[in-house]
Amino acid sequence: MSAALITPQKNRIQAVLQHASGDKRFKILEVHMKKHQFRQDALIEVLHKAQELFGYLEDDLLLFISYKLKLPPSRVYGVATFYHFFQLKPQGEHTCVVCLGTACYVKGADKIINGIQDKYKIKAGETTADNKLSLLTARCIGACGIAPAVTYDGHVAPKQTPEAALERIKTWIQ
Amino acid sequence: MAVKTLTIDGRPITAEEGATVLQAATEAGIKIPTLCHLEGVYDVGACRLCIVEITGTTKLLPACTTKVSEGMEVQTQTERLRNYRRMILELLFAERNHVCAVCVSNGHCELQTLAYSQGMEHIRYDYTFPKWNVDTTHRLFGMDHNRCVLCTRCVRACWHIEGAGTKNIAGRGATSKIITDLNQPWGDSDSCTECGKCVMACPTGALFQKGSTVGEMVHDRDKLEFIVTAREKKQWVAAD
Amino acid sequence: MQLDELKAIAEKHRSSRKKIIVRTCMSAGCMSSQADIIKKNLEAEAKAQGLEADVEVRRVGCMGFCGQGPLVGWDNSGEHGLWEFVKPEDAASIIAALKGGECKVQRGDPKHPFFAKQMHIVRANGGIIDPERIEDYIAIGGYTALHHSLTELQPAQVVEEVTKSGLRGRGGAGFPSGLKWGTVAKSPGAKKYVVCNGDEGDPGAFMDRSVLESDPHLVLEGMAIAAYAVGADQGYLYVRAEYPLAISRLQIAIKQAKQLGLLGAGIFESPFNFNVDIRIGAGAFVCGEETALMASVEGKRGTPRPRPPFPAESGLWGCPTLINNVETFANISAIINKGGEWYAGIGTEKSKGTKVFALTGKIKNNGLIEVPMGIPLRQIIMEMGGGAPDGRSIKSVQTGGPSGGCIPADYLDTPVDYESLTKLGSIMGSGGMVVMDDTTNMVEIAKFYMEFCMEESCGKCIPCRAGTVQMFNLLEKITQRKATARDLAKLEELCDMVKNTSLCGLGQTAPNPVISTLKFFRKEYAELLQPDPFGP
Repeated sequence: MSAALITPQKNRIQAVLQHASGDKRFKILEVHMKKHQFRQDALIEVLHKAQELFGYLEDDLLLFISYKLKLPPSRVYGVATFYHFFQLKPQGEHTCVVCLGTACYVKGADKIINGIQDKYKIKAGETTADNKLSLLTARCIGACGIAPAVTYDGHVAPKQTPEAALERIKTWIQ
Repeated sequence: MAVKTLTIDGRPITAEEGATVLQAATEAGIKIPTLCHLEGVYDVGACRLCIVEITGTTKLLPACTTKVSEGMEVQTQTERLRNYRRMILELLFAERNHVCAVCVSNGHCELQTLAYSQGMEHIRYDYTFPKWNVDTTHRLFGMDHNRCVLCTRCVRACWHIEGAGTKNIAGRGATSKIITDLNQPWGDSDSCTECGKCVMACPTGALFQKGSTVGEMVHDRDKLEFIVTAREKKQWVAAD
Repeated sequence: MQLDELKAIAEKHRSSRKKIIVRTCMSAGCMSSQADIIKKNLEAEAKAQGLEADVEVRRVGCMGFCGQGPLVGWDNSGEHGLWEFVKPEDAASIIAALKGGECKVQRGDPKHPFFAKQMHIVRANGGIIDPERIEDYIAIGGYTALHHSLTELQPAQVVEEVTKSGLRGRGGAGFPSGLKWGTVAKSPGAKKYVVCNGDEGDPGAFMDRSVLESDPHLVLEGMAIAAYAVGADQGYLYVRAEYPLAISRLQIAIKQAKQLGLLGAGIFESPFNFNVDIRIGAGAFVCGEETALMASVEGKRGTPRPRPPFPAESGLWGCPTLINNVETFANISAIINKGGEWYAGIGTEKSKGTKVFALTGKIKNNGLIEVPMGIPLRQIIMEMGGGAPDGRSIKSVQTGGPSGGCIPADYLDTPVDYESLTKLGSIMGSGGMVVMDDTTNMVEIAKFYMEFCMEESCGKCIPCRAGTVQMFNLLEKITQRKATARDLAKLEELCDMVKNTSLCGLGQTAPNPVISTLKFFRKEYAELLQPDPFGP
């Protein structure tokens, strides 16, 4: 390809590689990619690892992955946005995931989510202005036997009520 | 190559083994409506307009991806199919903001032509009026997401014919969107070769050449087929 | 590894077993109520009370009665018992009770219909063995079915046995497994794959999670037998990211099986090689559809593609691929061990064997049950489940998740098999059974499922992508009392179109909850309609 097509402002990958060289997490991610022999079909596994390391998938990170796996950036972005598990925006300090599976729903999960939304003035998928709390929903975490279930910072709590949820969140936000 | 015999709308037809029902029909001069199908790129069976009835199966199958078989009986124009096709078109018109009167492709739009040919009179569903933007950051081309039907022809042309992989789909469901690289303005794309194949591929006024005004945008789709045929049949060997 | 080595491991493990076994459920449900601390406390107490030599505190998988958890069971010289709602501070009194001491912890009744009416094949080891110790699985006869297949059966004989068993896919559609296996086995190709679909996306279903968490080796063994039967050497286990415990237990299980030579190259010193890799899903319901799942395994957007070609002929990377659900694979080793005819003797004429259901919602006894096919719904709901709590009555039972339908209480005598449920406009599905009582608004339920399908639609085909949006909008209009009879007609027409024209199973079944609630609870819709200002 003729170099004239790429203007310096456009060529973001150099800046990304520069930035990555000073961050240890990119090194760990690269080792993980190497474990998968930089195979393109390992993209989802790599994105999982990247999110685990960085908390969310920022543009530079996606560009880095696309460069290392030799995939067009549009493919990486397309995959990352297809799956709801991947977050492209930074999350708050704490996350509260309300399960909205059928069992939880018929047992009042909607009331839990409404309770939190009303109290903290955020909608599902949003983070509070002080960046303390991210409210998320799940489409069934398979804990139907103990419905309604809510996951607080990765820990599942059984048989929740709006009051119990607000009580728990209060301990995070003082 | 083995030959299969089948009937389409009662007419006996022969087709090469491995051909699709759509190819067989087209060759015989039978028109089946299509939208996501584009000569020159692989088929995805996504728009569902080319669905046909085949005796012996209860499922409606897309003509573009269904292979012919011996003794197959295909119906392409039943009242039921025409009704479904009209509904699919109505859903498309209600999904985004398709306003023909102010569209660059007015008069040259496949969606518009389909609506006429399938006898769509009005749209029974509530318009959703989503807010989509128009990307005019590219030097030569523009993308109006309001007119996009998500047929992915541009994506396939970009990957399959040009091999650049600039365009793709992001998100899912009704919020799916055609993107450039990392969902960035088209003008900032590193990978775009400015070849214009995506614009040639577009069935509506979603992708256009800058400077076109209402009704001026004519997509040159034959060019894509020409390139692909030449490549596949190795028609251009060397320019000596 | 040879058979005698396998037997030696089993024997050694059995002989070192202690007199009393205290089984602590450490599945995701009970774990959420501090089951890990309960186990730690029980171990400490056993030591403190001088019972270390007699008592083994064992980590086990799901016992099924999740609603009463955390659960702790015990076995002592042929006697069994169960404690419910255990708290970490109960450890001392539980250990004391083993010596005949007083214990105030609620005792479960192992003879309760919830347990008594069950029949365990898939869940035979759940709640009994330690899922993180391969020796536990070997001690109860694990991996002997694989050995038998590899050393005494031809691949075609394995397929024959599965065909004879009458086993049908447990993922929902109920395709005969033997037929599928046979197609993959016959498909030409040097490279073939076996894929286990553990993307249990139906809201209200957790059977596969429980099996993977409780008995991962059972699934691995089933996959290995399948691979031998169809001629594959690589397997993928696709598990949802929402199931971290299942993923970590599978990782442990694969590592242990590899160490013992039960996975990998030259299994049981035969020429058969089989490797399994885990692929973690990332939150997309549509990936339960087999072609979408394959796209996801290949690291792509999980969008389905038209079939044919079916995965059995052209699947992963274009190679013949066998895709079965977790529960299907979990049935295999029992079929090989006891024979296809034995399996075919259970269940009904067309639906053989057992099925695991997740019984949840407005019901007294929540949890997992495994019952023979053909059992009347009433027995499950009223006897095993104990009916609705708080003195309410049952209104309907939802099976099959967003692809299924609502069965009204009048039809509780329906036998639970593939055909009977389909006839009622629902489906067997993967096994979610959500019970609704008389306070449930059926139009809201239909809307709930439609919203689910709308948000989970991949967006590839127009009927599903745009149709679910319009159907949801119409349902919203109805629940807000703004709709007319004309809108309802529009909704029904859309249901028919989306069902018949969508590309994959998600779209084709998305209207089912609406269609079935309209069929049985039309009155609830009609009551919400407004007069049409433009006439009827």
